[in-house]
Amino acid sequence: MAPILTVEKLTMRFGGLTAVKEVSFAAARGAITAIIGPNGAGKTTMFNCITGFYRPTTGRLTLHREGQDVALHRLAGHRIAQAGVARTFQNIRLFSGMTVLENLLVAQHRRLMAATGFGIGAVLGLSGYKAAEQVAIGRAAAWLEACGLLDRADDPAASLPYGAQRRLEIARAMCTEPALLCLDEPAAGLNPRESAALGDLLRAIRDGRAAEGAAPCSVLLIEHDMGVVMGISDHIVVLDHGSKIADGRPAEIRADSKVIAAYLGEGDEEDSAA
Amino acid sequence: MRPAGTRHLPFGAALRDAGLAALIAAGLFLPMVGLRTDVDPNGALYLRTRWTDVLLLMAIVFAGRFLMRLWQEWKAGRQGPSLGKRFAGPLSRSGRLAAPALLLFAVLLPAIPGIGRYELDLGILVLTYVMLGWGLNIVVGLAGLLDLGYVAFYAVGAYSYALLAQNFGLSFWVCLPLAGILAAFWGVLLGFPVLRLRGDYLAIVTLGFGEIIRLVLLNWVSLTGGPNGIAGIPRPTFFGLSFSLGGGPGTFAGFFGLEPSPTHRVVFLYYLILALALLTNWVTLRLRRQPLGRAWEAMREDEIACRSLGINITVTKLTAFALGAMFGGFAGAFFATRQAFISPESFTFIESAIILAIVVLGGLGSQLGVAIAALVLIGGFEVFRDLQEWRMLVFGGAMVLIMIWKPRGLVGSRTPSVALGERRTISAAMVAEGRG
Repeated sequence: MAPILTVEKLTMRFGGLTAVKEVSFAAARGAITAIIGPNGAGKTTMFNCITGFYRPTTGRLTLHREGQDVALHRLAGHRIAQAGVARTFQNIRLFSGMTVLENLLVAQHRRLMAATGFGIGAVLGLSGYKAAEQVAIGRAAAWLEACGLLDRADDPAASLPYGAQRRLEIARAMCTEPALLCLDEPAAGLNPRESAALGDLLRAIRDGRAAEGAAPCSVLLIEHDMGVVMGISDHIVVLDHGSKIADGRPAEIRADSKVIAAYLGEGDEEDSAA
Repeated sequence: MRPAGTRHLPFGAALRDAGLAALIAAGLFLPMVGLRTDVDPNGALYLRTRWTDVLLLMAIVFAGRFLMRLWQEWKAGRQGPSLGKRFAGPLSRSGRLAAPALLLFAVLLPAIPGIGRYELDLGILVLTYVMLGWGLNIVVGLAGLLDLGYVAFYAVGAYSYALLAQNFGLSFWVCLPLAGILAAFWGVLLGFPVLRLRGDYLAIVTLGFGEIIRLVLLNWVSLTGGPNGIAGIPRPTFFGLSFSLGGGPGTFAGFFGLEPSPTHRVVFLYYLILALALLTNWVTLRLRRQPLGRAWEAMREDEIACRSLGINITVTKLTAFALGAMFGGFAGAFFATRQAFISPESFTFIESAIILAIVVLGGLGSQLGVAIAALVLIGGFEVFRDLQEWRMLVFGGAMVLIMIWKPRGLVGSRTPSVALGERRTISAAMVAEGRG
């Protein structure tokens, strides 16, 4: 399958510490790719490089979008989102004092801003901003429907229960109409039923049937919960101590001796392989 | 056992608590009040002790703390919702009427019988601060950028008008937008270096910027006249008609066939600042419902999340600085034309502090709250003029009380900018204050 994102020899150093060391992999278009690994494996660092929060020390990150390639490692933080990479955060970062609907409208800032004639036209009431806002509200409502939050649209984001806040963060990321959705531990703190629902939602996002008018969107996620990862991923990349130790389909990863060793601690190779 | 019906008030605990407070007071007042150095008739220093004063202060603290504790216990044990909760409903209902009522009052003020020159001048002063408060509210309240040097833009506006009008003979109406543009330019100029700073660091740099502008105005004598300021700044005209008392054909009174009166100019200035303030309010209210305003508020809530959604933080911050500064510049130009004389004295740090106090007391982001706070703060300052030096004490006390009673300002809640169903206000507890 054609890749949506290729990572080539990505290295990230913080002073003397090498958090990610020459990692290369490709995330396939229309697939759910998971990055897993024990604590301190460099997952979040890798993630922050892809989403533009860190600038990699060396290496290349390329987003393949509708025939054109975008070099993500050269872009400023907000431009990465504009290029089509949306993300969520491990410790949820919502605009808590704003309503659920407002959160989703902020996500559509760029499109709406263009419709206002960059602020000036809308203040004077000149442009077709009203129509653009209606379209944006419609898109937001579609995603709220998809995430089961439509009845909470006018409540402040901070008042939602934890699981709903996680779903809202995904809806907000999807409102930017990304080509690649990056999720940082989306199942953290969810109960098993919520995790299962999250898996369904992610598969629906991948296939473009989550919300009305949504395009298929590739998904890249970091996860600790092996149950979730094995259940929903099409492809898994395993990191340990900043290096890639395995890369393949869930069934292959489950049988990989190096992965088992990394997760269960460095035991006897023969024992863990058995 | 106590007889049924009387509530058990913990006198013992209250006494202990009051005793502790009195001890702390003793620790503070023993060196500060108890010991005093004086000069004896021979010119030598000697130590005078004032133990009775210390005892008196300790007694006051003890009694005050004791009564406060008892009152708190009594309040906590009482049935029913607290005072604040019981008044919340009627207050929010009256709040919806407060804004139109205030506006009507402001528009009709000059026509109300018994309103003289003094009241109108006070009205102009209050409205100037309302406008400054609303301007700063964009930066601090909406975008969450703590700006301690707002008076710099006020100064830029005032000096822009004064210099342009005196050196080039431009009229007020040409200078007003120019003053705003120049102030906005300085706002952007300040904005660039502080883009990366947050919270306390941002506050300190903006404070420094305010002082730099004032010091430049003070020392660039050839341009600004230094400490002597600029005098004889042209007065505003009513579409080319001046407000001179001569009453000739080119004057306001002559054109409309009125008896020349100094009140005309005051009334004109009053409506001018009212219009400018309402313009600030209108632009802010409109922007709040639009992507730019929403991006400001989102930036106040979480800057990192904003970046992950493709919002350009640099541009968003700079527009907030520029727009806030622009309205400060307008207010400055108005100030210059009203006073006809400006000097760096008028643009000290205390002005920035007062404007920020108005915004904080009113409630960050709330237009109505800022207007009420300006009215109370500036108007109240004038009303309590009879108290002389106690004025500051009364004032400080009042501010402390407001902050205890309403820590997030008079109107701390936030109204959503858009809603699918019914718009419900968001309580202050959920709204972020912004960390720069």
